[in-house]
Amino acid sequence: MTLAYSLTVNGAEHEVLDAWLGESLLYVLRERLAHPGSKSGCEQGECGSCSVLVDGTLVCACLVLAASAVGHDIVTVEGLQPSRGEFTEVQEAFIAEGAVQCGFCTPGLVVAIHDLLAGNPHPTDLEVREAISGNLCRCTGYGRILAAVQAAASAQAAAASAQERGG
Amino acid sequence: MSQTDVTIGTKGRLGDSALRPDGGPKVRGEFAFSGDLWAEGMLWGRALRSVHPAARIISIDTAAALRIPGVRAVITAEDIPGSRRYGLEHRDQPVFAIDVVRYVGEPVAAVAADHPETARRACEAIVVHYEVSEPLLDPAVAAEAAPIHPDGNVFRHLTINRGDPSARGPIVVEGSYVVGMQDQAFMGPEAGLAVPAEDGGMDLIVSTQWLHNDREQVAECLGLPPDKVRLSLGGVGGAFGAREDVSLHIHACLLAQRAGRPVKIVYSREESFLGHVHRHPARIWMRHSATADGDLVSFEAGILLDGGAYRSSTYHVVANAACFAAGPYRVDNAAVDCLGVRTNNPPCGAMRGFGAVQVCFAHEAQMDRLADACGLDPVELRLRNALGPGDRLLTGQTIDGALPVARVIRETAALPWPADTDTDADADTADPMTRPGGAGRTADAAHVRRGVGFAVGFKNLMYAEGYRDGSTARCRLVDGLATVTCAAAEVGQGFVTLAQQIARSVLGVTDVLLAPADTSIGSAGSTSASRQTWMSGGAVEQACLAVRRQLLAHVAARHGVDPAVLDIIDGRIVSNVPSVSGVPVVSIDSVDVAVADAGPGVVFEEEVEFHHRVTHPLDDDGQGDAHVSLACAAHRAVVDVDPELGLIRVVQIATAQDVGRALNPLQVLGQIEGGIAQGLGLATMEELILRDGRLQNPSFTDYLIPTALDMPDVAVALVEEPEPGAPFGAKGVGEPPTISSTPAIVAALRAATGKALTRVPVRPQDIAL
Repeated sequence: MTLAYSLTVNGAEHEVLDAWLGESLLYVLRERLAHPGSKSGCEQGECGSCSVLVDGTLVCACLVLAASAVGHDIVTVEGLQPSRGEFTEVQEAFIAEGAVQCGFCTPGLVVAIHDLLAGNPHPTDLEVREAISGNLCRCTGYGRILAAVQAAASAQAAAASAQERGG
Repeated sequence: MSQTDVTIGTKGRLGDSALRPDGGPKVRGEFAFSGDLWAEGMLWGRALRSVHPAARIISIDTAAALRIPGVRAVITAEDIPGSRRYGLEHRDQPVFAIDVVRYVGEPVAAVAADHPETARRACEAIVVHYEVSEPLLDPAVAAEAAPIHPDGNVFRHLTINRGDPSARGPIVVEGSYVVGMQDQAFMGPEAGLAVPAEDGGMDLIVSTQWLHNDREQVAECLGLPPDKVRLSLGGVGGAFGAREDVSLHIHACLLAQRAGRPVKIVYSREESFLGHVHRHPARIWMRHSATADGDLVSFEAGILLDGGAYRSSTYHVVANAACFAAGPYRVDNAAVDCLGVRTNNPPCGAMRGFGAVQVCFAHEAQMDRLADACGLDPVELRLRNALGPGDRLLTGQTIDGALPVARVIRETAALPWPADTDTDADADTADPMTRPGGAGRTADAAHVRRGVGFAVGFKNLMYAEGYRDGSTARCRLVDGLATVTCAAAEVGQGFVTLAQQIARSVLGVTDVLLAPADTSIGSAGSTSASRQTWMSGGAVEQACLAVRRQLLAHVAARHGVDPAVLDIIDGRIVSNVPSVSGVPVVSIDSVDVAVADAGPGVVFEEEVEFHHRVTHPLDDDGQGDAHVSLACAAHRAVVDVDPELGLIRVVQIATAQDVGRALNPLQVLGQIEGGIAQGLGLATMEELILRDGRLQNPSFTDYLIPTALDMPDVAVALVEEPEPGAPFGAKGVGEPPTISSTPAIVAALRAATGKALTRVPVRPQDIAL
C-alpha cells in the first residue's frame, strides 16, 4: 500500500508520493526528499546519527514513522544554519576544535547540541556528557566534541551580548 | 579536558593544527558518505546470509523471490561470470556460498529491487534447503580437526626461538589470558553504489580502506580486466580495519551487471556486524622469568587466535601477535608459539592494533605479576626492561630507529593526576553521575574503591615480512594552485588535512585542492597499519618536491640564475639563499616572485611512487628484519570501582605517545583520544558474544561502545623523537592508543579489587562474584 502526504522540513513543504506506509522519517528525508544530512547508523535509536527536531523536540528520525510526522515542524541538520554557506556557532566550533573525524556522527551531534544549548546555554561538563550520551562517536573519544560544545556556548554567549549591546 | 596545549595553526603548514578541508561539509550534513549516493534508476541490493555455522546447501529456490513485483535480479554463486572466490590476501572466501556454508552470516544469494523493503522481502522468499552439520567452534581443537575448507584449518603457525631455551631466572610468573571478540563498530555502515558503464565495465563508489586491492578482487569476480573496473572512494564513516576486506562490493557489481541498472547496497547495523571481520579472540599463555632485581631472563608464550571461517588477514595478525608478544621489553631468551586457525565462527581480521592488542593485555598483566614477585614498583620494573635503540626484538631485529620506550613511561608517570573528586571527603556531595554505573545503578559512594594501573605497548608501522609496499601521488601546480591526487582512503583520520599541509609546506602555496581518491592513479596502499602518513605522506612530499624543482628551474632559467640559489619563503621564490659556505654561488640580480606568478599558465606536474625500506621474511625460528619501524605508548589509568556491584568508572587516562613528530597536533590528539576510547571499550564493555557460532548481540542495543559518559578525562604528552627515514620524522599515531590503554584500565581494576581479572572485557560478574 502506498500513500501520498506532505512534510514540513526546515520550513518548506515537501510532497511525498507513492510512499510505503512503513517508511521511517529518516528514510523519507534521505531517499525521497533529498535531505541526506541525517545519517542512518543503527535504525534502532541507539546511535543518534539521525537526530532531528520535531516541533522542537529532539528525536531519532529512524524511530519516527514518516507518515506520523505530517503537520509537524521538522528541522534537520541542513536547516540549522541561518543561510546557505554559513555556519552556526556549534558548527564552527566543531571544525575549529577538531571535533570532526569521519563525520558520520557529526550531523546528529550538531543537532543534539543545538537542542542542548537552546535550553541550557551554559552547560557543565557533566550536563554536556549526559546530553550527548545518546550520540555515539567511534572516532574521537568525545574529547574534542566536549571542547567544541564549550567553545560554542562561549561563542553564543558572546554573540548574544553583542546583540544586546547593539540593540 | 586534555592537558595538551593545542593551538590552531593559521598557516596550515606542517606542525600546525591545520583544520580539515572536509570539516565544513561534514558539520552541515553536506558531505557525501557512500550511503548517501543516488543514481537515476537505482535499485537496492541486499544479501541473503546463512543462518547456520556449518551446513551443506541442498538447494536454493529463487523463483518465489523473482515473482515479487519490483524485484529485478536474484543471483547466487551460479551466476558469477568470473572467479567465485575472493579474499584480501588469499582467495579462499566464496562470493556466495558454494555447496557449503561455513559461518552464520555467509552470503548465499543477493537480490536487487526497486525498494529496500522489497529487497528484504525477496531475501525472505528465497528458499534454501540446508543439511546442517556439526560446526567446528573451538579454536583449541581446530588444528587437529577434520578440515572445514580445502585449504585446511591452520592459517598460520609461527614460532619464534631466540637465545637459550633453558635459561631461567629465579623469579617466575605464569598466567593465562583471554581476549573476547571486539568489533570495529564504525558509525557509517558499509555502503556502495555500482553503476554499469557503457563500455561494458563497472563503476563502483564505495567506502573502503584500499581501493586498488578491492578493484583486483572485484574485477576477477566480474570477469573483467582491471581497467574496466573503476573504483572511487565514497565518503567513509570510520574504518578501524573493518573495511580492509571486501564486503558488498562484488555483490553490488554483480547485481548491477545482471540488472543493467545502478545498484546501491547499504548495510543495516546487524548486517554490518555480520558482514565484516572482527578482532581475533585470543587465548594466551605466558611465562616470564627474571633476576631477583627484575631483569627479564626468559619469555615464553603460547597464543591461539580464532580466525573464523576465512583467512582475511589472519596470516599477518599471527605474525604481529608473535613478534610483539613480549611487549617493548628486552629479553634475550624467548620461545613463542602462535597459531591462527580456521573455525566456523565469524571471520576475523584487521582491527586497530592488529595482533598487538591481544598480546599486550597478557604481557602487561605479566609485568605487573613480575613487579609484585620482585617487590618492585610496576613503573620501575618496566623502566628496567624498556627496549630502546640498539636493542633487539624477539625476532632478532636491531632497533635502528627511534623507540623512546623509557621516555614514554617516564612522561606518562609524570602527567598530572585527576582532581580528587568523589572520594570519602565529598562523596555525599558529588554528582551520582560521576560514580561507577552512573545514574540509575548508582554505586554506594562508601563502597567505591580507586585503583591505578600502568601499561606500555608497541607495534610495527607499515606492512612487514618483505612486502614491497608503496604509494603513488601526483602533484600539479598552475598559477599558485596546487592539486594533489592520491588514492589514499580518507576514513576520518585526517590524511586529507595532512596532504594539504605537505603541499603548502613544500610549495609555499596557500590553496591546495585534493582530487578525488579513485583508481585513475596508481595504488596508495591501504589505510591501515598506521602507514598513510609515512607512505602516502611520503609520496605526496616527493611529488611536491619534484614539482618544486620544476618550478625553481623554470624561474631560474627566466632570471638566468642557478636554481640552487632559489628558495621558497612565505609563498615567494627568492634568491637570497646563501650557499653552504655562506657566500652566494653567483652574483645575481635578486629574484623575488610570488609562486602564483612564477610561470603564468605553465603546468608543473609530477607523479611519483614512494617505497619504504626493504624488509625481510621471518625464518623458521621467527628471526629476521621483518619490520620497517616501531611506535610505542604508555597509559596510566585511574579507575573507580564498586566491588559489590561490579560497576566501573574510568576516571582518567594519562598517556605519553611516541609520535616521531606531530605534523598536526590537533589531529594527533584526536587519534589518541579516539584510540583510548576503543581500548576502554575492550577493557570494560565491548564483546561480540557467540552462542553455537551465532552472534548474540549484533546491534548497538547489545554491543556497547563507550559514550561521552563513559569516557574519562585524558591527559596527553606527545613524545617527539623524529624517526630516521620517515618523511618529516613522523610516525603513524592511530594504533598505539588502542594497544596499552586496555591493560592499563584492567590493571587499575585489579589494584582496586584484588581480583586476577585475566579476561577482557571485564564484566560486572568478574568483579562482583
